[in-house]
Amino acid sequence: MEILYPIIALGSLGILFGVGLSLAAKKFCVSTDPRIDKIQNSLPGANCGACGMGGCSSLAEALAEGKCGIDKCTVVNDDNKIKISEILGVEFKKSAKKIATLHCAGGVRVKNRYTYSGIEDCTAVNLVLGGQKSCVYGCLGFGTCVKTCPFGAIKMSQKGLPVVDKGKCRACNKCVEACPKKLFSLTEEAYNVFVACSSRDSGKDTKLVCPVGCIACRLCEKACKFDAIHVIDNIAVIDYNKCTSCGECVKACPMKTIKS
Amino acid sequence: MEITRIISIAISMVFINNFILSKFLGLCPFLGVSRRTQAALSMGIAVIFVMVFSSLLTSLVYVFVLVPLGIVYLRTIFFILIIAAFVQLIEMVIRKKSPALYKALGIYLPLITTNCAVLGVTILNINEFFVPGIPVYAGILYSIIQAFFGGIGFCVALLLMSGIRERLEFTDTPISMKGIPVAFIVASIMSLAFMGFSGFKF
Repeated sequence: MEILYPIIALGSLGILFGVGLSLAAKKFCVSTDPRIDKIQNSLPGANCGACGMGGCSSLAEALAEGKCGIDKCTVVNDDNKIKISEILGVEFKKSAKKIATLHCAGGVRVKNRYTYSGIEDCTAVNLVLGGQKSCVYGCLGFGTCVKTCPFGAIKMSQKGLPVVDKGKCRACNKCVEACPKKLFSLTEEAYNVFVACSSRDSGKDTKLVCPVGCIACRLCEKACKFDAIHVIDNIAVIDYNKCTSCGECVKACPMKTIKS
Repeated sequence: MEITRIISIAISMVFINNFILSKFLGLCPFLGVSRRTQAALSMGIAVIFVMVFSSLLTSLVYVFVLVPLGIVYLRTIFFILIIAAFVQLIEMVIRKKSPALYKALGIYLPLITTNCAVLGVTILNINEFFVPGIPVYAGILYSIIQAFFGGIGFCVALLLMSGIRERLEFTDTPISMKGIPVAFIVASIMSLAFMGFSGFKF
């Protein structure tokens, strides 16, 4: 007889809570947008934060509410972009693929000013008199960008420079932010001409420390038929709105700083 | 109901018998949610809320169900069932009625379901304010007061810890000690400090 009380009491409490909670779940049900889950399944799920949101789920919510477009995500591939556009009921416009480009070609060819022995990290080296390289604008070669890249698209080459794997790069902007010298920029893959130098020193000073730096000779300016390249602050800058990737400046550059 | 007893309960629960630092209950949120002060405060408030209401419910069930039926020995199972169901219900209601509060409490409300400090306070109520086998109605009121101050004590410990950890982020900690290891050391030193309160007698 004694065993019956606990069984009845606990059992009835369990049934009470079970029924009560299931009724409450019906009564207090909050309907969420079913598209959010679908969108999230099509997003990369890397939670890289390149879109400026907290993660892929936040972006999915923002997309469902129409706060932003799918272009916000630089990582997602075209197939999934089409899928998401279908879920949202909007037309998909293909945007040009961008990749990270390094604006430095010095690497091991630029001599060291001093011997650095400390934390193997560009940001740390940069704190010591702007780095160990003779060129204070150039790549330090400790590979902070390699560590930062969430897609494993950047590797250090024998020349002491990071090389971007164009197939793997998703233009997430992480390396652009991580580089203490701000040597990376995102450029459209279609325009494959870029200036591989960031030195703002005068041509003479640059030539002293680096065999491949921009010496601000303005030969590229003269060679360009579209007024797309100009020397600003002792460095050639390409205006990609005007550039047609004709390659004239690449041929004209005496230092082989402009590359394609 | 005497005012002196309430005061002694308050001081006892916040300082002398602090759930985290003296009884070592609820250590999971103490280390998990103490990284930022804002999150710690949300968690603390949620814990106070759940503790008070689950104490009310469990002491009512104790007095009106467990004692008359003579199944006091089953209190742990009953209390866990009640707390879990109650937190689930609260979560549903808040989600429907106050989305802002739901966002603020966020993940912390369901986390509390499995927080041993909540079960701890309900068991402690029974041990302290109820005579075995006899229903004591005044004990229900004392239970609620004890739960409230127990929650305050939990909140205080969490806030202290989060304040320290926010500063620790900017200190030059050795790599092997960064994050959780140094947090454990801080927790133990705080616990030692709170042991000092146990000298107080009321």
